[in-house]
Amino acid sequence: MSKTLGPVKRAFAPWTDSAAKPAIEFRNVTKSFGDFVAVGGVSLSIYEREFFSLLGPSGCGKTTLMRMLAGFEEPTSGEILLDGKPLAGVPPYRRPVNMMFQSYALFPHMSVEKNIAFGLRQDGMGKAEIEARVKEMLRLVKLEPFAKRKPNQLSGGQRQRVALARSLAKRPKVLLLDEPLGALDKKLREETQFELMDLQMDLGLTFLIVTHDQEEAMTMSDRIGVMNHGKLVQIATPAEIYEQPNSRYVADFIGNINLIEGTVAALPGGGTRLEAPAAGLVVETDQAIAGGSAGVASFAIRPEKVRISLDRPAGALDGVNMIAGEVWDIGYLGDVSIYRVKLANGAVMKATVANTTRLVSRPISWDDKVWLSWSRDAGLVLTD
Amino acid sequence: MTDTSGTAAPAPGASKLRWLVVAIPYLWLVVFFLVPFLIVLKISFSTYAIAQPPYEPVFDQLSTVWERAQQFTLDSYRYLTEDPIYLRSYLSSLRIAAISTVLLLLIGFPIAYGMARAPSNMRTTLLMLVILPFWTSFLIRVYAWIGILKPEGLLTVFLQWIGIFGPDQQVHLLNTDWAVFIGIVYSYLPFMILPLYATLEKLDDTLLEAAADLGARPFKSFWVITVPLSMPGVIAGSFLCFIPIVGEFVIPDLLGGSDTLMIGRQLWNEFNANRDWPTSSAVAVVLLLILVVPIMIFQNYGRRTAQ
Repeated sequence: MSKTLGPVKRAFAPWTDSAAKPAIEFRNVTKSFGDFVAVGGVSLSIYEREFFSLLGPSGCGKTTLMRMLAGFEEPTSGEILLDGKPLAGVPPYRRPVNMMFQSYALFPHMSVEKNIAFGLRQDGMGKAEIEARVKEMLRLVKLEPFAKRKPNQLSGGQRQRVALARSLAKRPKVLLLDEPLGALDKKLREETQFELMDLQMDLGLTFLIVTHDQEEAMTMSDRIGVMNHGKLVQIATPAEIYEQPNSRYVADFIGNINLIEGTVAALPGGGTRLEAPAAGLVVETDQAIAGGSAGVASFAIRPEKVRISLDRPAGALDGVNMIAGEVWDIGYLGDVSIYRVKLANGAVMKATVANTTRLVSRPISWDDKVWLSWSRDAGLVLTD
Repeated sequence: MTDTSGTAAPAPGASKLRWLVVAIPYLWLVVFFLVPFLIVLKISFSTYAIAQPPYEPVFDQLSTVWERAQQFTLDSYRYLTEDPIYLRSYLSSLRIAAISTVLLLLIGFPIAYGMARAPSNMRTTLLMLVILPFWTSFLIRVYAWIGILKPEGLLTVFLQWIGIFGPDQQVHLLNTDWAVFIGIVYSYLPFMILPLYATLEKLDDTLLEAAADLGARPFKSFWVITVPLSMPGVIAGSFLCFIPIVGEFVIPDLLGGSDTLMIGRQLWNEFNANRDWPTSSAVAVVLLLILVVPIMIFQNYGRRTAQ
């Protein structure tokens, strides 16, 4: 949690190195509760010192996946390995992973320092050593004056820090964080995100974090695994997830996106042409679609990649990668304005414009007839 | 006290209603506890007389208050210290109550723990089963134990049937302290289980998961997490049992032997057999004073944990 700036973050991408050994490996892991399949056939490798986020809506199986790693649930089938050793049958109290619980799960009858010392005492560590470690942890999370307090005498943010200190005290190989910032308000949450990142870097730990907050996952992670209905739908870096979502689900879940359905056909040069006549849309991209065949697909484009203008833009190909509409609504967010433009078929397309100058009067206003346009590589054609 | 935030200002009639609601329990206590207690206290300061009522009144007529007040005497209390039977009865009662409470804890805790850990759809049924004996009269249930424990009773028959006892062997439990303990533990078990269950049921499972995650084995987690956090239930259950057991009369009278000394029995003998109302009143007053001490400890604990 030091405020001094560390060295520039190195290019960290062990997942691209085929020789790298994963710290955690899920091999085709399935977990069912009766008829309900919480996790279905997940395979995932997480590397040492990686900050990995499992992202998904509630009930998507991300917490179950984490609880299987902690040992609170046993997989119905499949295997989990830690440093190459299978974890099956190893009880939670023998696993070298520690978890920070969503509810923090602080022991209400113990003081802050007793809470932090709990794990160390289970290991039979010496008294002086425990004391030193507890002190170090208290300093790390800036809670030295609160050592003797009980959890109910602390604020939400302080409790979160105690929970963090307690789970870090044993210096686990892997720290599991279940919605660690869920109970904090926005400002504190943003602050803590950066503190967690610094901490992870400084201590050289592997973090596996479960969250439903895409912003949180984007900010902190080396890689994100997006989950839906018990399956991992995409595993990639935050930038890839945002710029190269592999499905409509991921595109829609992360950030803001316009999705317009149409029919696709391969272009002779290797690109793709998508047409949605009802909306009056014709899109051409250089991206080759999977299978290369014609069919139904969606054109996906982020609002900030859409240009908005009053005049018909002069493009290389007239009528392609542009669309006419009428400004239906404007959302002013301070740093940006979001224009919601109604298309010919009544569908709405969003365009974000950065407010680079102080806004005195709007060049484009409600009910104006406008043109939306984008470059060939701004959008994606998604078949899934 | 009550949280009135978020509710509209009370109507003028509401404060009167509130006063009434608060007054009812106090009125109840005054009529059914304080007044009877004062009567008992008054009798304990009077002198024994063979009459109807069998005592010399002290404060009954205002006109003769002074004259009567001169008859005020602490003789009954002095008598309690002179005959060792009373001290022995008090000590024996406290001993029986203490042992019974420990037994109740040892039996009640696992039951309450099992109930709290049971699947949630089964808990209501289990709770019902604990309360079910209350549907039969307490007295009948104690009599039933006579039928079980007597030498030719059900227990003897059962033990002979499964072959542990020979045909000429019998259980000699009735009219012993053992029978008293069995009767007390059986009768008071729900009063121990219910408060224990109430605290154990509220215990957050993630605390045990957190303890396991930090390296504590299940048995260790139980001792350092479950037990300390169930202390409010342990204390409530213990006092709920200990206090009435000290003054218990029916169980030692029906199941105990002639040598089972309990103060409730002594009081009953004094009152009904000897018709010595002043002495039996003094016994009751002293018993109350003895029990005030644990009640105060209990209340003090309650106040501390509430903070």
